[in-house]
Amino acid sequence: MSKFSLLDHEFIPRHEIIDEDEIKSVLKEYNIGREQLPKIKIEDPVIKEIGAEVGDVVKITRKSQTAGEAPYYRYVIE
Amino acid sequence: MVISMDNTIPSIPQRIGAIRFGLLSPREIRKMSVTSIITADTYDDDGYPIDMGLMDLRLGVIDPGLRCKTCGGRAGECPGHFGHIELVAPVLHVGFNKIIRKVLRSTCRNCSHLLLEDKQKKAYLNQFAKLNVMSHLPDDLINNVFKEARKTKICPYCGEEQLEIKFEKPSDYIENDYKLTPTEIRDRLEHIPDDDLKVMGMDPVSARPEWMVLTVLAVPPVTVRPSITLESGQRSEDDLTHKLVDIIRINQRFQENRDAGAPQLIIEDLWELLQYHLTTFFDNEVSGVPPARHRSGRPLKTLTQRLKGKEGRFRGSLSGKRVNFSARTVISPDPNLSINEVGVPYAIARRMTIPVRVISRNLEMMRAYVARGGETHPGANYVFREDGRRLKITEDNKEELAEKLEPGWTVERQMQDGDIVLFNRQPSLHKMSIMAHKVKVLPNKTFKLNPSVCPPYNADFDGDEMNMHVLQTEESRAEASILMQVQENILSPRFGGPIIGGIHDHISGMFLLTRNEKMISKNDALELLRKSEVRELPEPAGYNDAGDPFWTGKQIFSQILPNDLNLEFKANVCFKCDVCKGRDCEYDSYVVVENGELVAGTIDEKAIGAFKGKILDSIVKRYGSTEAAQFVDDVTRLAIRGVMRTGLSFGISDEDIPREARLNIDEELERAENEVAELIQAYEAKELEPLPGRTLAETIELKIMQSLGKARDHAGTIAGNHLGLENSAVIMAKSGARGSMLNLTQMAGCVGQQAVRGERIRRGYEGRTLPHFDRGDLGADAHGFVKSSYKSGLNPTEYFFHAVGGREGLVDTAVRTSQSGYLQRRLVNALQDLEVQYDRSVRETRGVIVQFKYGEDGIDSTKSDYNSEDTVHNIVSSVTGKEVK
Repeated sequence: MSKFSLLDHEFIPRHEIIDEDEIKSVLKEYNIGREQLPKIKIEDPVIKEIGAEVGDVVKITRKSQTAGEAPYYRYVIE
Repeated sequence: MVISMDNTIPSIPQRIGAIRFGLLSPREIRKMSVTSIITADTYDDDGYPIDMGLMDLRLGVIDPGLRCKTCGGRAGECPGHFGHIELVAPVLHVGFNKIIRKVLRSTCRNCSHLLLEDKQKKAYLNQFAKLNVMSHLPDDLINNVFKEARKTKICPYCGEEQLEIKFEKPSDYIENDYKLTPTEIRDRLEHIPDDDLKVMGMDPVSARPEWMVLTVLAVPPVTVRPSITLESGQRSEDDLTHKLVDIIRINQRFQENRDAGAPQLIIEDLWELLQYHLTTFFDNEVSGVPPARHRSGRPLKTLTQRLKGKEGRFRGSLSGKRVNFSARTVISPDPNLSINEVGVPYAIARRMTIPVRVISRNLEMMRAYVARGGETHPGANYVFREDGRRLKITEDNKEELAEKLEPGWTVERQMQDGDIVLFNRQPSLHKMSIMAHKVKVLPNKTFKLNPSVCPPYNADFDGDEMNMHVLQTEESRAEASILMQVQENILSPRFGGPIIGGIHDHISGMFLLTRNEKMISKNDALELLRKSEVRELPEPAGYNDAGDPFWTGKQIFSQILPNDLNLEFKANVCFKCDVCKGRDCEYDSYVVVENGELVAGTIDEKAIGAFKGKILDSIVKRYGSTEAAQFVDDVTRLAIRGVMRTGLSFGISDEDIPREARLNIDEELERAENEVAELIQAYEAKELEPLPGRTLAETIELKIMQSLGKARDHAGTIAGNHLGLENSAVIMAKSGARGSMLNLTQMAGCVGQQAVRGERIRRGYEGRTLPHFDRGDLGADAHGFVKSSYKSGLNPTEYFFHAVGGREGLVDTAVRTSQSGYLQRRLVNALQDLEVQYDRSVRETRGVIVQFKYGEDGIDSTKSDYNSEDTVHNIVSSVTGKEVK
C-alpha cells in the first residue's frame, strides 16, 4: 500500500516549524510568552508528520474566508 | 482581618489574590462554632430563644430589638455565626459519595495505601506539575490515577488481597456482601498517607478525605434560615430549621439507645435514620431517597435546592437580579417620534427619578423641582440631605424642603423629555436588543416607538411588552448615549448593513410616491414634506394644462437626500432582464441618484428597507449616524404621508382573476394530473428509469413532486400575469414591503403540495392517507396536493392535508426556538470572557490568544460594505474618480 502524506490533503493547512528568531518576533509582536500561544499536542498527527518537538512553535497558514490567508501559531506541548 | 474598636469591619477595598476551595475539617467546624446545639427546641413559652437551641442568640438575631450575644449587633447588622452539632456516630456526606467510592476502590483495605507502585506515583506527580505550568485542569489525569489503581488486586505494600466494593444508592458501600459502616470507611480514609493523597489530586492540608465523613455538623446561622411570624402571631420556621430539629432528635435518640445498650439492630436502624436526615439536609432530591416532606406534604427546600436551578442562588440571585428604576408596559407605534426617541407614559415618567446633585449653579432650578412636588409633572419625588438621609417630598412638606435645599443635597427629580434611558425587549439575543433612547413624555399608557426600530428588537405591536431602565449616573448616561443610542446601532455587525430602516408601509409608501412620473400639486407637495425639515421646494418639474406647477414624486423624495449623494443600484422590483439597460430601464427599476437628486428608478426595499437599504447604508457610512437617523425619521414621515396620499388597501376582490385565467390554471393543473397519471402508469408497468442513487419508489415520488411543483408555479405565473402592478398585494410583494408572490399565488391560483418533512403526505391509514382514497393510490390528490386556491376554498380532504402540513410548521417553530435558546446559552457561556484586544487579537482571561486577528482580517464588519470587497473599490473610486470593476 502506498503511503500518503497527511500534508497533501486539501483540508490540512500548511504547517511549518519556525526558527527561534521568528518565534521571538511573533512573541514580541503580541507581547506574550510561549505559554500564551494556543497549544498543540505532540501526538497530533500533523505534528508527528512534520517532526516538531516539544517546545517548538508551529506556524499554520490557514485559508480564510475573510482574509484569504491567516497565519496561526501554536506551541507544541506533551 | 482588622476589626476596629466598635466591632465593625472596615470597608477597605482589597484585591483578592487567590481563592482556595477545600473541605471543612471537624476541627475547623468546632473552631468557628459559637456554640454546640443540643436541644431540638427553639423558643420557650415566652417566645424567647432557648440557650443551646437552634435559635440560640449567639447564632445571630433576626428579631428586631434583640442583640446578638456574639457580636452585639442588632438584626440586620449581625451577619450570623455558625454553631455545631456533635454527631453520635459518623455519617457520610451525600455530596461526596462519588469521590469516596473512587478513593475506597483505589486504596488498600488493610493499610490504606494508594494501590500504585512508587514509581507510578512519582510519574503522576510529575505530570501534575507539568499541567500546572500550562494552567490546564488535572481532572482527566486524576481519573486515570483512579482507573489504574483500581486494577491492582494485591496491595504492593502489605500484600493484602483487594475485594470488590459495590456502591448502592444512596450511600451503602458493600464489600463482598458486608456493608461497611461509616466508621469503617472513615478509618480507611483516615489512614491514607498524605503523599498518596497528592497523587489523587487532593491537598491534604485543605481537604483530607475523612472529612467527607461527618463527625460534627456545622449549623448554619439563624440569618440563613430566618423564621417568619404569621399574621396570627404563630411562628413558622424555615425548612432548614425543621431539618436540623430532625437531626438533633435522632442524634439524641441514638445516643440514649446506645448508652442504654440497645440491641445492634435498633442501633443500625437509628444510624440509617441519622444518615437519611443528614442526606436530605444537604440535598432533598437524591435519587433513591424519598424526599423529606413538610407536614403539608410539600417537599422541603434544603441546601442543594437553594443553590440549584433557574431560581437557585447562582442563576436566580447572582447572575440574574431584579432592579429598581425600571418600568415595563405594552408597546405601540408612533411614526412621528424619532428613531432615537421613546414615548414614555406620563404615569411612568412621574414615578421614575434621576438623582441630581445640588450645586450653587442649579440650586434655583432644583428648588423649582422640589417646590412642584411629586404630583405635578416635571417635579421631584425625594431629596437626600447632606448626611445621606432620604426624605420623601409630599404635598405638605414640598415648600419647606425647597426652602431648606442647599448645595450638597441630592434631588431625585422626575424623568422628563430628553433624558437617556435604556430600552429592551426579551429575548436579548444581540446587542441591539438593548439600546439607549431619549425620553418623550406622552399621554396614555403604552411605550411608543418609531416602527423603524422594530427589526433590531424583533418587536411587533400584537401585545409585546418592553422594559425601560433609567440611568442614574452621568458616566452611564454618557456611555449609553455614545455607544448604545439607536442611531449608533443602525448598522448591524452581523452583516455590515443597516438593521434599522423602513418597513411595511414605509416601503410601499415610497414605492407609490416615487414610481414613474406622478404629477403632484404644490399643495400636495407641501403636505407631503410638512413634517420634514424642508423649507423650500425645488424648481417645478413642469406645468399642467391649467398652467399650475407640478412636482414629481422623485423630486419630493430627493428633498430628504443629502445634497452630494451619488448612487446607482438595481431596485427590488428589478425584473432581472438578460441585458440590463441601466438607467434607461423601461420598468423604472434602476435607481440613479446624482448629487442628491433621484434621477431614475423606484425607491423600494433595496433603497430604504431594514436589512437591505442601500441608500440608508451609504448615508450611515458616508455622513455618519446623526445624518442617518435624520434620514430614517424623514423617510418614515414622508412615506406615511405618501401612502396616505394614494391609499393602499386589500380586499377579497383583489384576488379576483379573469375567467380565462382561471380556465388556464385549471387546464395547467389537469395537464399536471395527467402527467402524474402517466408517471404512475409507467411506474406500475416498471418502465420507469430510476434516478441515480434512488430506488424506484423514491424516483416516482420525486418526479411527481417535481411536476406538481411546476404546475403550481405555472398557476402562479398565470395568476400573476393578470394581477398587475395596480394590485395592492402585488405592489407589496414586488416592493418588498410585505408578503411574496407565492402568498399571492396561493390566494388566487393554487395552494399546491402539502408536505411533511419535505415529502408528500403518506401517514394515515394502512396504505392510504384517508378512507376517501384507494389503497396504494399514488395520485396527486391522495397525497396532499391542494388544487384549490385559498379564495376558492379547499375541499374537505384538501383541508385536512393542509392542516397536517400546517401543524408541522407549528411544531418546527416551537422546537427550533427552544433548541436555539439553549444553543445560545451554551455559546454565551463558552465565549463570554473572550475579548478583542487593542492589537486586534482575541484573547481569553489568562491572556492566551484564541485568534491572532479578530475575524482573521481584523475588520469591523459595520465599517465595511456588506463584508464584500466593495469597500476597497469605493475608496479607490472616490479618490481617483475612476470606476473600479
